Amino acid sequence: MADAQELAIGAPARAGSLRHQRIALAVMIAFFALAPALIYPVFLMKVMCFALFACAFNLLVGYGGLLSFGHAMFLGAAGYVSAHAAKVWGFPPELAILAGTAAATLLGALSGLIAIRRQGIYFAMITLALAQMVFFFSVQAPFTGGEDGIQAVPRGRLFGLLDLSRPSSMYALVFAIFVGGFLLISRIIHSPFGQVLKAIRENEQRALSLGYDTDRYKLLAFILSAALSGLAGATKALVFQLASLTDVHWTMSGEVVLMCLVGGLGTVFGPVVGAFVIVAMANYLAQLGAWVTVVQGAVFVVCVLTFRRGVIGELGHWLKKPF
Amino acid sequence: MNEIFGVPTQALFGQLLIGLINGSFYAVLSLGLAVIFGLLNIINFTHGAQYMMGAFVAYVLLERFGVGYWWALLVAPLVVGATGVLIERLMLSRLYKLDHLYGLLLTFGLALILQGLFRHEYGSAGLPYRIPDELLGARNLGFMFLPNYRAWVIVASLVVCLSTWFVIEKTRLGSTLRAATENPQLVQAFGINVPRMITLTYGFGVALAALAGVMAAPVYQVSPQMGADLIIVVFAVVVIGGMGSIMGSIVTGFGLGVIEGLTKVFYPEASNTVIFIIMAIVLMIKPAGLFGAQR
Repeated sequence: MADAQELAIGAPARAGSLRHQRIALAVMIAFFALAPALIYPVFLMKVMCFALFACAFNLLVGYGGLLSFGHAMFLGAAGYVSAHAAKVWGFPPELAILAGTAAATLLGALSGLIAIRRQGIYFAMITLALAQMVFFFSVQAPFTGGEDGIQAVPRGRLFGLLDLSRPSSMYALVFAIFVGGFLLISRIIHSPFGQVLKAIRENEQRALSLGYDTDRYKLLAFILSAALSGLAGATKALVFQLASLTDVHWTMSGEVVLMCLVGGLGTVFGPVVGAFVIVAMANYLAQLGAWVTVVQGAVFVVCVLTFRRGVIGELGHWLKKPF
Repeated sequence: MNEIFGVPTQALFGQLLIGLINGSFYAVLSLGLAVIFGLLNIINFTHGAQYMMGAFVAYVLLERFGVGYWWALLVAPLVVGATGVLIERLMLSRLYKLDHLYGLLLTFGLALILQGLFRHEYGSAGLPYRIPDELLGARNLGFMFLPNYRAWVIVASLVVCLSTWFVIEKTRLGSTLRAATENPQLVQAFGINVPRMITLTYGFGVALAALAGVMAAPVYQVSPQMGADLIIVVFAVVVIGGMGSIMGSIVTGFGLGVIEGLTKVFYPEASNTVIFIIMAIVLMIKPAGLFGAQR
């Protein structure tokens, strides 16, 4: 018989000292600060953007128990808005990223109001359908550039000072955004709000009877997750100077689920590890064409059948400490 | 009378027909999803890939073995249904004790695998499948030309849907099935082999998807992606109808197909999104879906 915690999607709620989490955090920050000396920085920037996206997604599924299958709409829409703002309106990078994030937040509020009306499987189907609507909108809308996307987005100068076309300054900005976003998410997870969210995941009826307005908590979690996904998407658009349909397609929504699943649903560091693994896999398998999809599907199946805790979840289980 | 609301009647009836055709596939696919969901409590994400497999089995039968449409209509559901039985026995059955979302993730992974394998083997371009000789041609209805094959698809889907409805709602087998949906433990206590029933139900749902795939092969082209986008629309159809009732899925499937067709005439820009917009409105007014009961 599987232990009770494994029955529900997401992590067990375990209290305990957070000292080992601080150590893990220091290791992670040191890694991303020093790694550009050894690893191709553009690859690392891609990993950090997706890691932030996966962490934002994990906030919703791992702690709120709401599996969204449409998170690509926030990543993609924010990318389009920030690329458009930087290229057509001539916004400086900080405002372009802000505009993208704001757009994703608004989209999150709208779609959240609709999606949280159902739970579980229905929630997944509804978010998937809403994201597909955003995808069709992106195909047709004039400002998205259809199949071509928005190309050659200028990176500009941050606060008018830092020239982001220099790789090292771009890296520093992505690093700062990723670490800031990550700290914010872990703060949310450990806050009273995060605790209520976990309570709702474990037993919504009971949380409701204790006087918590569960719908409001779920909506707020959804909006927060959308906003942070948007932050990742807006940053990604500046890094690659491109906003395209790939980021709004449902395969992207599936990929972020896969990242969290591989790293460990409902663990703090799991999504980062998962994002690293999946981005690396996509890079090395890129020349294999259709096989990338097959491998991704196979990883899904293997994880669901035998490896539901994910890398970090297994590690935490083995060390008896939650990461 | 050549125009209605400024739209030529030819175009109007043409789009209505396309809407009914799409609606037939929505109905058969959402019916299969509803039957599977009823007993297994999972949403079968692989459904679109299994529909695609049905079309490919028909294609391979014709091209490689010279076996025609009518046999394909029988063989493809059996073959694909058998793979469904394997999937249920080997994988899905291990997940029943867990959160139902794991079933969704597993079937999503399987859909990716199948789609990738078929794309590797046959490429992304659509492959043509010709209409069987018996159904070639069209008849003149006075106000429009009705291609025989399209008429056949609509009639055949209706027959399939209504017979499924009849079996589930009106026969002894169906009543056992509905009882097992309500309370599997109790039904098992009466000496009915519920696990086998679950396996066969999944196989049946999958076979329905494959049947739809064979019927779709001459209408659309046979391609690895044909199921992927369709299944998302079908999910929206399922949310709108609610999965509580079989008749509900049938009516919603056809109805939404027609609405989509009409949108193509009156406001083509929204034809891709109209079903999703309807879904959002229905969720605001009646979250359980038009025919569903919240549970």
